[in-house]
Amino acid sequence: MNYDAIMIKTRDNVATALKELVQLQECRLSGGDESLGIIIREPIAFGHKFAVVDIREGDDIIKYGEVIGRATSPILKGCHAHVQNIESLRGRGDLKKKGE
Amino acid sequence: MEFLGYRRTDGSVGTRNYVGILSTVICANEVAENISRQVAGTTAFLHHQGCCQTPIDIERVNDVLVGLGGNPNLAAVLLVSLGCESTDVEKVAEAIGKTGKRVETVVIQEIGGAAKAGAQGILIAQAMAVEASRQRRESFPLSELVLGLKCGSSDTTSGLSSNPTVGNLSDLVVEAGGTSILGEVTEFIGAEHLLAKHAKDEETGRKIIELVDRMENRAIQMGFDIRGGQPTGGNIKGGLTTIEEKSLGAIAKAGNAPIQAVYEYGVRPTVKGLVVMDSPGREPEILTGLAAAGANVIAFTTGRGAPQGFPFVPVIKLTGNENTWKNLRDHMDVSVVSIMEGDETLSEAGQRLLSETVEVASGKKTKAEISGYTSSMDIYMVGPVI
Repeated sequence: MNYDAIMIKTRDNVATALKELVQLQECRLSGGDESLGIIIREPIAFGHKFAVVDIREGDDIIKYGEVIGRATSPILKGCHAHVQNIESLRGRGDLKKKGE
Repeated sequence: MEFLGYRRTDGSVGTRNYVGILSTVICANEVAENISRQVAGTTAFLHHQGCCQTPIDIERVNDVLVGLGGNPNLAAVLLVSLGCESTDVEKVAEAIGKTGKRVETVVIQEIGGAAKAGAQGILIAQAMAVEASRQRRESFPLSELVLGLKCGSSDTTSGLSSNPTVGNLSDLVVEAGGTSILGEVTEFIGAEHLLAKHAKDEETGRKIIELVDRMENRAIQMGFDIRGGQPTGGNIKGGLTTIEEKSLGAIAKAGNAPIQAVYEYGVRPTVKGLVVMDSPGREPEILTGLAAAGANVIAFTTGRGAPQGFPFVPVIKLTGNENTWKNLRDHMDVSVVSIMEGDETLSEAGQRLLSETVEVASGKKTKAEISGYTSSMDIYMVGPVI
């Protein structure tokens, strides 16, 4: 396998690891912009996502060119993007209970 | 391309030729299972419904049993009833009989207990199995395929490799004039706008959105975030973060064909082409719904390795996860790891999966059939047990 990760659409702000990625490695990105020059900031498991640009708290998370959720804290480029920093916008009965 | 199937008197075509032993209520499961174990050529469908439920669910149990009994993969049907259940067993038997198959019923309370019901059922099933075994496979065009689509224990490889491969298979079956059924409405949440664009017209698109709203509202009314339930804990370990992400990967199974119609759970499509059927994402309920809708073969993608098949519909398992392919070979039929590695295109993999589907439809056994991983099924209910 030549690539370390795949970015499905160019407007995505996360990419998916195609193998285990280790801290401080350079990441060869399939389907993405090579000029992004991503350095992995923390270990990323196979199939997990990381930010390909700096993402601010409250920003939409984009994969497949579509919104898959919202950042609950800043996610720096090369950092693991998952349930610890992304919330879903759908099926949120908890928000309804709180009256949001 | 053609497959070898079994002609049924109602015009449908089976890929298997079992005698179905259908339990009509949870309380008849033991007897149905016993009969099936004792008679080669039979298979049992067991479930947990049929009593102490609201009328809408009782009606659904009736309809789903009729659909299952009518599935072309069954040559004949033996209904096993307790006797006091809410399921309208006579009506179910009569409706299945209209397909032209032999249908018999054994009632445990009337005959005098499980032992007698088992003995009587075994004798009936033996005669049915002998009769069924006389039927030969014949050649049929792919337009007679009714393909069910399913993904389970998904991870991020599902959306990248196995689901789009199944999408290609679905397109090929539809192009050949066949039918393809997409369920798992929970896994439309966040991707319904894209699916609605696939609908053949605005009305059909609106129905898709309505199904999603209904499913999402059911979940929201419980007052919790659905994350953990959807995506599941396993999905999250596999790298899927939100239901939206899971859905965007899941709908790749639909391919590019226009969606012709939207059906309620377990309802048999009256049109060919790609259709949507209401159902949740959990295996026992969606597999049962697909079988009740007349699916004669099911393509099932998995990331982490979901093992389930169905008692009488072959379920082809494919995965794009290299570890799963290596570690769970006794459950996996097809690998699309090659796509993840860039060695095969999605369309090449789609053609390969079509060949496998034709072979399976013609009699090649799937891993789920060989391992017998097919008994934990259920019917999707909308109301409470009361």
